[in-house]
This record gives sequence, C-alpha cells and structure tokens, in this order.
Amino acid sequence: MGYLAKLRVWRGDKSGGQLVDHSVEVSEGEVVLDIIHRLQATQAPDLAVRWNCKAGKCGSCAAEINGRPRLMCMTRMNTFAEDEEITVTPMRTFPVIKDLVTDVSFNYEKAREVPAFDPPKDLAPGEYRMAQVDVQRSQEFRKCIECFMCQNVCHVIRDHEDNKEAFSGPRFLMRIAELDMHPLDQTDRKNMAQEEHGLGMCNITKCCTEVCPEHIKITDNAIIPMKERVVDNKYDPLVWLGRTITRRKSD
Amino acid sequence: MSQIERHQYDVVIIGAGGAGLRAAIEARANGFKTAIICKSLFGKAHTVMAEGGIAASMGNVNSNDGWKVHFRDTMRGGKFQNQWRMAELHAKESPDRVWELETYGALFDRTDEGKISQRNFGGHEYPRLAHVGDRTGLELIRTMQQKIVSLQQEDFRESGDYDARMKVFAELTVVEILKTDGKVSGVLAYYRETGEYVVFEAPAVVLATGGIGKSFKVTSNSWEGTGDGHALALRAGGNLMGMEFIQFHPTGMVWPPSVKGILVTESVRGDGGVLKNSEGRRFMFDYIPAVFKDKYAETEEEADRWYTDADNNRRPPELLPRDEVARAINSEVKAGRGTPHGGVYLDVSTRLSADVIKRRLPSMWHQFKELADVDITLQPMEVGPTCHYVMGGVQVDPDSGAATGVPGLFAAGEVAGGMHGSNRLGGNSLSDLLVFGRRAGVGAAEYVKNLGARPSVPDSEIDRALAIANAPFESNGEENPYALHAELQQMMNDLVGIIRDEAEVQEALDKLEVLKERAAKVKVAGTRQFNTGWHLALDLWNMLLVSEAVAKSALERKESRGGHTRNDYPTMDANWRKWNLLTKWNGKNVELIKEENPLMPRELAELFDVEELKKYLLPEELEQLGMGGH
Ligand SMILES: Cc1cc2nc3c(=O)[nH]c(=O)nc-3n(C[C@H](O)[C@H](O)[C@H](O)COP(=O)(O)OP(=O)(O)OC[C@H]3O[C@@H](n4cnc5c(N)ncnc54)[C@H](O)[C@@H]3O)c2cc1C
Ligand code: SF4
Ligand code: SF4
Ligand code: FES
Repeated sequence: MGYLAKLRVWRGDKSGGQLVDHSVEVSEGEVVLDIIHRLQATQAPDLAVRWNCKAGKCGSCAAEINGRPRLMCMTRMNTFAEDEEITVTPMRTFPVIKDLVTDVSFNYEKAREVPAFDPPKDLAPGEYRMAQVDVQRSQEFRKCIECFMCQNVCHVIRDHEDNKEAFSGPRFLMRIAELDMHPLDQTDRKNMAQEEHGLGMCNITKCCTEVCPEHIKITDNAIIPMKERVVDNKYDPLVWLGRTITRRKSD
Repeated sequence: MSQIERHQYDVVIIGAGGAGLRAAIEARANGFKTAIICKSLFGKAHTVMAEGGIAASMGNVNSNDGWKVHFRDTMRGGKFQNQWRMAELHAKESPDRVWELETYGALFDRTDEGKISQRNFGGHEYPRLAHVGDRTGLELIRTMQQKIVSLQQEDFRESGDYDARMKVFAELTVVEILKTDGKVSGVLAYYRETGEYVVFEAPAVVLATGGIGKSFKVTSNSWEGTGDGHALALRAGGNLMGMEFIQFHPTGMVWPPSVKGILVTESVRGDGGVLKNSEGRRFMFDYIPAVFKDKYAETEEEADRWYTDADNNRRPPELLPRDEVARAINSEVKAGRGTPHGGVYLDVSTRLSADVIKRRLPSMWHQFKELADVDITLQPMEVGPTCHYVMGGVQVDPDSGAATGVPGLFAAGEVAGGMHGSNRLGGNSLSDLLVFGRRAGVGAAEYVKNLGARPSVPDSEIDRALAIANAPFESNGEENPYALHAELQQMMNDLVGIIRDEAEVQEALDKLEVLKERAAKVKVAGTRQFNTGWHLALDLWNMLLVSEAVAKSALERKESRGGHTRNDYPTMDANWRKWNLLTKWNGKNVELIKEENPLMPRELAELFDVEELKKYLLPEELEQLGMGGH
C-alpha cells in the first residue's frame, strides 16, 4: 500500500529560497509530518522543521499545506490523492528563519503586553470558589495550543505588515476575553482590547476561527462579545452585522 | 574564546516544563537572576502533553483523603522502592502547589460546590486528580508560562526591562555542564536557529530536562525526551538512580503505525472505560496480583457499582497500577487474544453516552477521529503498552534537589530519581514537578547565598565542551544519525523493553558498545544553522549513555518490581528492595554501584498494616522498625 508522494517543500532562509521537488515514500495511516521526517532522514538531513508532540497538542508544527495553514502532524496523507502534488511552505505572516521554520517572536511580544491575571488580594489559595458554568467560557479559550495559525491567517497582519504594531491578533484578543470572563479577575479590561490591542481593526471575517485546530470559536465567542462590551459599541456597524450572523450567547 | 556570546546568571535552569518553570519562579523570588533555557519554543515543553490530571489530596470530592493516604498510595505504587522522604514531601505539599496554580490563573474543572474537581486514577484510593478535561498538562504549562510573563511584567514596570531578573532562552540546547575545581560553573549551549554557541556563567544549574522515551521505538514522549539531563548529570560526575525502572503505559495507540505509541489517557479507564480481549472478556479480573487481592473488585457487577458508590465497593481492576495493566495486556496479546493490530480493546462507547465522552474526553475523541478514523463514541479503541516515563533519574537530596556529588547541580521533575520508586502513579508527575521544582529553586538559591566566591569558567573547560559539540562535523566516518537512532530505538524496544531477561539485556549491552563506536563516526553535512541532523547526532550520544545506564541496571536487578520485569526472575524479592542501583560514568562506560535504600521511619511505617508491610519488607527490617513482634 506504500506509494511515492510528490512533495514540494520550500527550502531557503531570510535571503530567499525556492520550492524543491521530492518524491517520498508514504505508508498507511501517515501524516504530512511523517513524510517530512522521512525526507529529512533519507534525502535532506538539514531540512529545518519544528515539531514536538506529533499528537496535535503542542502547536509547534504549523505550516501551510497547499496554501492552507495546517498542523503537519494532524494532516493525514490520505486526505490527498496519491498523484496530487503536495506543497508545504512556511507560515507566510512571520519572517522565515530556515525552510519551514519561521520567527514567531511577534506572538511572544504581544503575549507580554496583555496584563496578567489579577486575583482578588484577600482570597487565600485554596479558597477559590467558581462554578463550572462560569469557568467554562474561559476554559474554551484556554484550549489554545498557540500554533499561531489564526495569527498567520488574519488578513489584518497577513496583508499589512505595518498593522503588527497596533494589532495583537486573534490569539491575544482572545486572551483578553479569557481574562475578562474569568470569574475572579479584578482588572477592568473593557476598553483595553479596543484601545491598546486593535480590536477595532478586526472586521469579523472569521478566518481565524476556520483554521483553529482546537475548534475554538474565536470570533463568535471571544471577539464579538468583546466588541459588544466596548463602551461605544453602537458605532461599530460590524458588531451589528456579527450579531445577525451569530446567535448571541446569553450572558 | 572572546567571540563566544557570554551571559552571567545566578541560577541557570535547563528546561521549561513544569519543573523548570516552577524552579525559576522560586529562584527569582529569592532575588536571584535566573535564566531558563529550553530546546523548543516557550510553552511547548513535553509537559504540555499530560492529559489526565495532577494528584493532590485536597479532599474536594472525598473528604477522607489526606496526605497520609496519598503517601501510602505512592509507596504502594512504587512497591516501597521510593525514597520515602520524597514521597512524604510530595504528599504533604502537593495540595498547596495546586491551589497556588489557581492564584496564577489556572482554571480547573469544578465540583458542584465550586471547588477544584478531582477524578479517579489508577492506584489512587480516592478521587484525587485535579484536571481540565483531558488537557491538564496544557493548562499547567500555560499557567506557568503566563505566571512567568506576569513576573516579567512586574520587572518591566520596575526597570523598563522585561528580562531584567528572569529571561527565557528558547530554542537553545545545552551541550555540556561546565565545572571549575569540582563545582558547577556554567553551561555551554547552542542556538537551534543559528548554531552559534553561548556560554552561561552560573554557580548553580538546575536540570529540569524531562524524560528519556525517545530511546525506545514505541513511546508517548515528544522529541525532547532524549535524556539530555540524565546524560549531562552523568558526564558532570553525578549518579543516576533506579534506571531499570521504566514505565510502560498500558494504553498507547497501536494503529496506524505512524502514531503507534501516542498516549491514550488513563482517564478513559478512570471514567468507566473497560479493557477487553478479542474474545470479549474483561481480562483484568484474571490479573489481580496477590498484594492487591483485597483492594479490587472480583466481579464485573461490583466493579461497575464502584463508579457510583466508591465507599461500599472495591474498584475495577482496570485501575490497577500501570505496570500490572501493561503486563496483563502484554500477556493477552502473547496468548493470541489480541486485536488484529496487536493490542487489546479499550471501550467507552458501550459505557458512556456520546455526549459525556465528548465532554470528558475531548482530546481522545479528537485524536482517534483524526489520526485513526475511529469514533470512540461508537467503536472501541485498540491499545497496547508504550514507553511513557522514567522513574530513574539523577540522585538528589530529597529536600533541596541537590545532585549527589556535584556541588551546584540540582535536578527536579522527571529527570530526578527516587520519588516514584519502581513505578509512578498517574497524576503524581505533574505534582512532583511543582513540589520538587519549587524545592530545587529554593535549594539552588540557598546554595548561591552560601557560596563564597563565584567560580569562573576557564577557556580550557569551554574548549572541552566545544570539542563535544563540533565532533559530528569533524568526523571522517559515514554514519547517518537518523539511521543509528532508529536502530537504537528498535534494539531498546526489543531487548530492554517491558519484559526482560538476562540474555537479551546482555545482548543489548554488547550492541550498545557497537553503537557507541558507530556513533563516533556520525558525519553531518551542511552548516550549523538549524541543522536537525547535527542536533540529533548530539542527542544520540545522550540516548546511548542513558540506554547503557538502563541496560546495566536492568541486568543487575534480579527480580521483578514495578517498571522492571524479568522473565527469569518473575517475582518481587524483598531482599532487592533494600538496594538502589546507581550508575556513574567513568569516561568510557557506565559503572554500577549498589547503595542501601533507607528505610522509612516508624511513624510513616505505622500508616500501613503490619501484614501489608510484610509483603515488602524483610523480617529484620520490621524488627528494626520495632514492628516485628507477633
Ligand atoms: C502523553 C503523556 C501524558 C502524560 N500525562 C500525565 C498526567 O496526566 N499526569 C501526570 O502527572 N503526568 C503525566 N505525564 C508525565 C508528565 O507529563 C511528565 O513526566 C512531565 O511533564 C515532565 O516534566 P518536566 O518538567 O520534568 O520536563 P518536560 O516537560 O519534559 O520538559 C523538559 C524541558 O527541558 C528542556 N530540555 C531538555 N533537554 C535540554 C537541553 N539539552 N538543553 C536545553 N533544554 C533542554 C526541554 O526543551 C523542555 O523545556 C504524561 C506524559 C506523557 C508523555
Ligand atoms: S475575524 Fe478578526 S481576528 Fe479573526 S481573522 Fe478575521 S479579522 Fe482577523
Ligand atoms: S486560537 Fe486556535 S489557531 Fe489560534 S493559536 Fe490558539 S490553537 Fe492556534
Ligand atoms: S507536533 Fe505538536 S502539534 Fe504537531
């Protein structure tokens, strides 16, 4: 049942690069990352690729497969025809380091700019009481494995490098929503997303939600509710639009 | 040496998993400038993969729980081989460490009263594992990561520099620990991205490098599990302890081949999943060992009642400690009662509704659906043993994490030995990381406080380490690191795997000598920039060293206990509990030392029935405890 797959892998670094054609053996049940590893072990020992868990849990192995952001370890080879050409390229929004590895430090910088969880000062460890229904909303966002594919696909930064300064991207807008919905967080985060993290630049295209491997409803459950909370939200026509296409969760 | 990048820190922590991050928080809290070094990006360490939960006797679900019960379970699970002092500290301190996570922002699943929910797990008498669905490790790593960021934000507010007191160096790999006059003086590392070398000068180094699973073919571990810390400690003059004890988790995926070994969390069984052979029999009832006879249900009816009424029924044998379940599965498959792909069936589909399965075991549902085309709400899973965890590790002082014999070196987490004895209970690792991570942070801080002059790093020491790092480029051999790694993994799986015997382990040791010679001839091409072949060539040395320690120890221990099963010595022997097997590096080979395993004090021994103690201890040991009378 083995066959030879036609693989085109981007090879290069900061100074440029090109797609290189390979034909690599595939056996039953394998994922794209297996094929990349076989390529590494047999034909291209210095091919750079990030991965850790090979189980969809760490979010290290994101790349673009036929132009779509995917986790390589969760993309089965049998989703492609045997004679189909499979093109693997690095995430486009982040600067290339080498081959499939990109510089994702943008995300770590943005993470640092979100003020941390702010617990009640007088509540001793062990005394925290929260109902399951109240933690559930933030728990959905905490499923994030930081693959940064939503960041990669969001057109606000994908197509406009200059926006990176003002826009934190869906992953970190969602982090603000997560803390805002934390039952015990003390910081007022209402306008933070809008004023400091570029919430207003998001026009609810939902591309981020579509690529999320954890199936987190980033737009519906994090971004739109936050837009609604922003004080002068009535002036944002997109919120109205978002409301009509998503059924609002009762608060 | 002037061209090499240099940094000065008080404490260098190698590893950004649960143990390393907790150690870092503590070292900084003690006022020390702390560096955290990790091979991967920040937030990706292997801890992220932990699923089922973190064990702490908070008593939120069953108020009968407490540290004494947890201590007892831990010692039983480890077959009394544990360093009792570590098991004691762990049982006492883990509730505080879990509660502390909530103050960092963790959101565990809740009980109806709004407390942290706790679930059942193998070997734990009461529901004890705090959890978030089946992604507890992700919650732990993200919480710690965000805590580190919050401390960096504090430092930023104070000094305008996020990294002023604590800096994360990601995608940086430590090659060697540097020593000056017998004491730790720093480390040599390389950046993955550029291949550039960097020297950290630091009087204290904490190893928090995790496990060794990547030496085995079938494993649940991520690529980082190459035993670097174990090997670094050996080369620095430290001891490894108990390396024969390796946990094969009973339930790894067995199909398709490319995912073989990926973990199927024990919560599947804790939540009601049952194991069946190809004849449809719940075979675990046939494998309850004598030491556990009175603690597990003997009929399916009783076992099933336990899920709703744990106080009046005994637990199902699917929840026996991992070593028992793994061996049972192995025997069923060998007896020809396995599945088509060489495992057994694990079924929740007939036990829980589809909704409950998707809510309680979301990532398992996801994993089987996406990787094996199996819908676990409708079909059973096929599972078999996978190399999961190493109980053995760096010999440390239980209270401070100080590595025996190497001043300035500390170890915590999976890389440290002793806490789990011959077998670790599920959930006891995440709590171990926090309890002993924190303690190693304090230990390192105390050490630095009491140190007179800081050791400086002589160029000769840097040259020695650089020679190790550069060797794969300068070799004139032809060996391919990927091929050698595959051979090593197959060999360890076949010869030093779940069931061992003298001839096979001896054969493994012979083969290791040949592999070591061949590893010296590994040649890598290209430059040092993000060169995965070179990284593997260096990791390979570590895996070989660790594998030798495993095989040497496994050959010596002539009994079966926990994660060490000998076909030729199939029973547990109390004479062997007395001994810890230590391994040491002499520059060419791993050497073995037998050291006496200290006996727990009477007040802890009294937590057990004398009858139970008799199963594990020698008559003269009971005498010594003053508990030998009849
Ligand atoms: C699939 C799976 C599920 C599990 N589930 C559970 C569970 O439910 N409950 C439980 O208690 N335990 C569980 N465990 C066990 C537990 O997850 C691990 O034992 C634990 O996470 C190890 O943590 P650590 O901090 O010791 O090291 P790791 O998290 O393994 O981190 C090691 C760190 O060291 C770094 N490092 C290693 N070598 C070097 C080097 N040379 N230079 C620089 N950095 C280096 C790595 O980059 C990494 O940051 C599970 C394990 C697996 C594999
Ligand atoms: S919904 Fe908003 S954040 Fe998400 S991709 Fe579209 S613009 Fe970006
Ligand atoms: S929200 Fe989803 S897509 Fe975005 S980083 Fe997290 S897991 Fe990845
Ligand atoms: S390797 Fe971890 S998500 Fe793919």
